[in-house]
Amino acid sequence: MMKKFFGILLALAMVLSLAACGGNGGNDTPATNDNPPASADAAQPSGGSASGTFKIGGIGPLTGGAAIYGNAAMNGAKIAVDEINALNSGVTLEFQAEDDQHTPDISVNAYNTLMDWGMQVLVGCVTTGPCIAVAAETYNDRVFTLTPSASSTDVISGKDNTFQVCFTDPNQGTGSADYISENMSGAKVAIIYKNDDAYSQGIRDTFVAEAASKGLEIVSETTFNESTKTEFSVQLTAAKSAGADLIFLPMYYEPASVILTQADQMGYAPTFFGVDGMDGILTQPGFNTQLAEGVMLLTPFSADATDERTQSFVSKYNELYGETPNQFAADGYDAVYIVYEALQAAGCSGDMSAEEICEAIISVMPTISVDGLTGQGMTWSSTGEVSKAPMAVVIKDGVYVTP
Amino acid sequence: MKKLKSLKTTTKVDFATYLGVIAAFFIVSLLRSQGLLNRSLTGMLVPICCYIVMAVSLNLTVGILGELSLGHAGFMSVGAFSGIIVAMSLQSAMPVAWVRLLAALIAGALFAALAGLIVGVPVLRLRGDYLAIVTLAFGEIIKELINCLLVGYDENGLHMAFNISGTLTIDDLHMSPGAVTIIKGAQGATGTEKLATFGAGFLLVMVTLVVVLNLVRSRAGRAVMAIRDNRIAAESIGVNVTKYKLIAFITSAALAGASGALFGLNYSSLVASKFDFNTSILVLVYVVLGGLGNIWGSIIAAAVLYILPEALRQFSDYRMLVYAIVLILVMLATNNPTLKNFLGRFKPRKQQGKEAV
Amino acid sequence: MEFLSYLISGISLGSIYAIIALGYTMVYGIAKMLNFAHGDVIMVGGYVSLVAMTSLGVPSVAAILLAMVVCTILGVVIERLAYKPLRDAPSLAVLITAIGVSYFLQNAALQVWGANPRMYASVASGTLKLFDGQLTIPYVSLLTVAACIVIMVGLTLFTSRTKMGKAMRACSEDKGAAQLMGIDVNRTISMTFAIGSALAAIAGVLLCSYTTSLSPTTGSMPGIKAFTAAVFGGIGSIPGAFLGGLLLGIIESMAKAYISMQLANSIVFAVLIVVLLVRPAGLLGKYVPEKV
Repeated sequence: MMKKFFGILLALAMVLSLAACGGNGGNDTPATNDNPPASADAAQPSGGSASGTFKIGGIGPLTGGAAIYGNAAMNGAKIAVDEINALNSGVTLEFQAEDDQHTPDISVNAYNTLMDWGMQVLVGCVTTGPCIAVAAETYNDRVFTLTPSASSTDVISGKDNTFQVCFTDPNQGTGSADYISENMSGAKVAIIYKNDDAYSQGIRDTFVAEAASKGLEIVSETTFNESTKTEFSVQLTAAKSAGADLIFLPMYYEPASVILTQADQMGYAPTFFGVDGMDGILTQPGFNTQLAEGVMLLTPFSADATDERTQSFVSKYNELYGETPNQFAADGYDAVYIVYEALQAAGCSGDMSAEEICEAIISVMPTISVDGLTGQGMTWSSTGEVSKAPMAVVIKDGVYVTP
Repeated sequence: MKKLKSLKTTTKVDFATYLGVIAAFFIVSLLRSQGLLNRSLTGMLVPICCYIVMAVSLNLTVGILGELSLGHAGFMSVGAFSGIIVAMSLQSAMPVAWVRLLAALIAGALFAALAGLIVGVPVLRLRGDYLAIVTLAFGEIIKELINCLLVGYDENGLHMAFNISGTLTIDDLHMSPGAVTIIKGAQGATGTEKLATFGAGFLLVMVTLVVVLNLVRSRAGRAVMAIRDNRIAAESIGVNVTKYKLIAFITSAALAGASGALFGLNYSSLVASKFDFNTSILVLVYVVLGGLGNIWGSIIAAAVLYILPEALRQFSDYRMLVYAIVLILVMLATNNPTLKNFLGRFKPRKQQGKEAV
Repeated sequence: MEFLSYLISGISLGSIYAIIALGYTMVYGIAKMLNFAHGDVIMVGGYVSLVAMTSLGVPSVAAILLAMVVCTILGVVIERLAYKPLRDAPSLAVLITAIGVSYFLQNAALQVWGANPRMYASVASGTLKLFDGQLTIPYVSLLTVAACIVIMVGLTLFTSRTKMGKAMRACSEDKGAAQLMGIDVNRTISMTFAIGSALAAIAGVLLCSYTTSLSPTTGSMPGIKAFTAAVFGGIGSIPGAFLGGLLLGIIESMAKAYISMQLANSIVFAVLIVVLLVRPAGLLGKYVPEKV
């Protein structure tokens, strides 16, 4: 009996799912690559302006443990889409964000759902692992991919259609080691890093290499990962008993804020040194900003910046989502503007297929320069790496100050 | 017709299961060749096959053997990563893709079977919820061990390191330039070549069905079910309990390993934390909703429940919430006595009808 | 000194596990179900107390009480709606339902409080400094250990002295016989869930004070660890849960410090497996031989 009842439920679920899929399938006819419009190839004015409606998809973790990153990036992207649509420049953007739960396989599913929707350009994925999986698919399908925040070089390597908004820059590790050896010579350094994160690992590797050549003393090196990112007493005790007076934290602000708080709880107060991922720590809800006093970091984005654009973004974000945007939100916002600029530069029209848009944008990406929240005059190499200048700042009285 | 009638009911059900799967494969292939299947469904075909194999193999442990395992994803993980290592290191030696895929599947199954043996010997001495918690523990241990693996391949062969301190990197393998990095410790396997196909998935499902159904209908299978129904009675009539439990458990692990290998070769990046206990639970949900011991039930439940969260995407942020509610309601409804009686009223009539035909 | 520091963090972590495990072991002892949603009740307790302290501005003691009340109600409601209809259903059906409840709580928390982890201001801030600051003990650790011991003693007295406690023990032994003796089994089970959930709330507050952050998935891993602790000590046994939790915390901390950061959980689980192989009913559990 149980089986029978369940059978009915299954059947219902089937119908539901098919209906849902069918619905998606219906939408895509006007814009997919099945029927390339005749005018597409004809119009290719150099540096001309784009026109029409473009479907932009976004993928990121909207639920689960990494949801903070995905939601921020997608919310930032939505603000940019609304702003661009309000410009009435002849370009209309449609945006749809899909959840990937920070898992590569779900991410590919999300990508396929977006392709059924008729996506022409992908802003995603937000996290590295899923992004590698999806980028392999977009490379085969020829869909232009711009990741706001997947920082690993594995994301872009060997794929001409994938570009990054964030730094891959492992130079941050070198820069940090240089700065420490020049300004704080004789410091005993401890490193805590996240070894399942390409970003954290990459910076640590270059930092250690540079520290060795500068004769910087590393007294303790400990790791954590996604499932142990809440409890750092052992790492901190190890650093403390090794006599470390400076802790280098190549990681995002979220675990960093926990480390700072737990260190304080232990009564341990070394100097902390961060990288660009540390940005956002001051606006972490409930975080005691006094703990971050004296923290040094390199940052591409600061919600406290006084320029008009950042301020308008921050206030819009606050109004819509009730929190201060972090750098992921800024990355997502910039990503949409970069796509917009690239579409303009390549003179794309809304009825071009994803493939045609991809080829057109790839050819203009190395030539454009975009001013965004996360950097002025961002440019790209043809391999997909961004070049922008981070600011080195130190936190004083709860705000960033240039040292 | 007469021949068909003379067959036992179980045999008929088995044949119906085979035919159903073959028919489903041909229908899906046909729809796909006609371009009637949208991308999102097409993309889910391989993972659906993998999860079907996972559900059927877990059903062997939970439904047929009657032991609750919460670490099945661990075997999938062993299979996935050993499969990836084999497929990637054969890249230069063997240009034919399907041979590499086959080698990967076999390697995945073998390594997972080995893991099944190592886990099974201590675990199967325990019972009930104790066994459940220990399988969960093994699943987590496997996850952490794989997180420590660094594997690369160059012209000198395979390089491996075990990263206990956590601070080793792929450079510590000292490989020659131009080497292929296969597994980067906790960052998982990246740049894996995508070898899996729907056809391979279908064949794997068929192999799984042949193995499981034949095992269940064999002498060994009857012994296994006897142990499930009454261990002491089975033991008293001379059934070697440990041996048959191990047979079922290792077979189940090997199939999960093959499924993992196929899954791993379907994505260009994979991390071990994918196979945590949530994935084990996910597969367990398929098995329980499909019906314990019911093979075709597992197949349908795996397919439908894999699609369900994807079909719920229109609920966007709420979809996992909706999924949870659906799960609870289905469990409550299927175990509701009133509803059971209500549905039960229809059942005998239908059975009579069947027999009359 | 290093060793002492590791030991202290192990003990405070272990005490948190022990408090969760005490709730777990009581529920398991009576309902005979793996309540996977228990960890998520901890998370809810954390959020409720956080909201009470930051948005409502109530003192921490009141926040803890509020969290206990909310979690108790939540626990009883979950039991009534999701588990009670399944009392006669196969245990796997109950397990899957519990998982459904766990998913539900996590995703509901995600909708209500967002994915961004909240920093949690400790209910007892400050540190005790010994040996010229060589050894520091956060007050919250002391509070946790004290709370754990009080709860353990309280529960032991409750189950051995009071009528309700005796009813609970009777139910856990044999529900049918208990009913025949005039015990209201449903009420007893509800009561057990109420106590277990209240303990989860306390554990939530202490856990968040210790780790200083809170997110919708905060409870799931501690929930599993606590269940491991309960099994380790012998499920159904109150001193067993206490001992199991404490040992688990210490082993985890020592493994992280001296063996491998990467494999700390594996080592904990490996110890569990070895213990179960030697003593199939856990350290302090009663081994009940099978009757034919």
